[in-house]
Amino acid sequence: MVVGAGAAGLATVTGLRGNGFEGPLTWIGAEAELPYDRPPLSKEVLTGARTPDQIRLCSPEKVAELGVDLRLGTTVTSVDVDGRKVMLSDGGVLPFGSLVAATGVTPRTLPGSEGVHTVRTLDDVMALRAELSPGRRLIVIGGGFLGTELAAAARSLGTEVVLLEPEPVPLGLAIGAEVGTMVADLHREHGVDVRTGPGAAVARWHASRGAFDGVTLRDGSAIAGDLAVVAVGSVPATSWLAATGIDCAAGVRCDEFCETAVPGVYAVGDVSSWYHTGFGAQIRLEHRTNAGEQGLYVARRMLGLTSEPFTPVPYFWSDQYDLKIQAYGVLRGHDEVRVVDGTIVDREFVVLYRRGSRLVGVLGVRRARALRQWRAQVAAGAAWSDILATT
Amino acid sequence: MKVEVDKEKCCGAGQCVMIAPDVFDQGDGDGVVILLRDTPAPEHRDGVREAVAVCPAAAIAIVG
Repeated sequence: MVVGAGAAGLATVTGLRGNGFEGPLTWIGAEAELPYDRPPLSKEVLTGARTPDQIRLCSPEKVAELGVDLRLGTTVTSVDVDGRKVMLSDGGVLPFGSLVAATGVTPRTLPGSEGVHTVRTLDDVMALRAELSPGRRLIVIGGGFLGTELAAAARSLGTEVVLLEPEPVPLGLAIGAEVGTMVADLHREHGVDVRTGPGAAVARWHASRGAFDGVTLRDGSAIAGDLAVVAVGSVPATSWLAATGIDCAAGVRCDEFCETAVPGVYAVGDVSSWYHTGFGAQIRLEHRTNAGEQGLYVARRMLGLTSEPFTPVPYFWSDQYDLKIQAYGVLRGHDEVRVVDGTIVDREFVVLYRRGSRLVGVLGVRRARALRQWRAQVAAGAAWSDILATT
Repeated sequence: MKVEVDKEKCCGAGQCVMIAPDVFDQGDGDGVVILLRDTPAPEHRDGVREAVAVCPAAAIAIVG
């Protein structure tokens, strides 16, 4: 049984069938939609460059071909691990042999932000898109990848945008102050009102006749707006596993094979926290690439086709206007950033990230081929001193 | 086997180039996929299938 019908759930199901599993397969999805691709939501779907139909990952014909009992618009409310069965939101009870958790994450909200937009699903984006138009003003709360991408997409629709980030630099924690500053400059050039620092945190929400009409910031400034979107991170969707005893404090805790403490129960995609033996740490990734790779891995693992632990090199990308940022590794928590190719000012470069004495990540803009050459050294956790000796 | 790529969907992850370098390449700057051979040799077909499976943008298709 696979719980979750996003990219990770789909990869698991197709991986099981593709590797010869012919047994019964139940697949449960909370949304009414067949699996679709999420990264375009904050990019091409919001701008209108791609329609919802163009981001489908799976057709009804493909579902039939896979031979799965797919139940959309249904959630698992609880799991009985001893009885090997799940309870469904529609009152049904279903047995399972093995279980794969692929339920992803839900957007974090802020106190008082009830009724303000968040973005995770196709419905969320279509609701936001319906309210964006030239002359209206959108307040984006949170300058992470989602917030900055939403700001860029909204600008391209002619919407006025205010971007609020309480850290000194948007994306600073994720990719460093140097590259984050470049992204902030890019947004300012496109007419976004970027406000950063502790004073840019929302202190109060304002509404008029029940409709959002602005915020007051911690520095006292009032910002009028027609609508707002909160993009301040997300939390793993694990409440349905509460009764299992599985540690879900920071995602569904798994071992190096993506299996939980309950034998035969696995977790894949954004919800999964597993032990990466290459990094020597428990990690959880909200990356599209990982959803696919981890789903396929767990399918193979369940079928006894691999005895290796799951040790991918993380990859992510972000589109901001005409700029594509690409990166390998785990950049968050880095101690040093170093440009090794091009310059950040020219917006054409490769930068390396050091944590402790090791290379932990690499990021590039308009240098895809050069970037890829560093991947193997990120995978190997190359010694920083060796890197410096060769660049 | 006949392969097609969708350059609009491609996110430039380069997974396909790492798995099947005889079939796929990517542009220098943006990393968008370049199809070197749309009818891969028999020894490259497993690699192409794997590339289809792991492509994060679902931008590669086997069409025949």
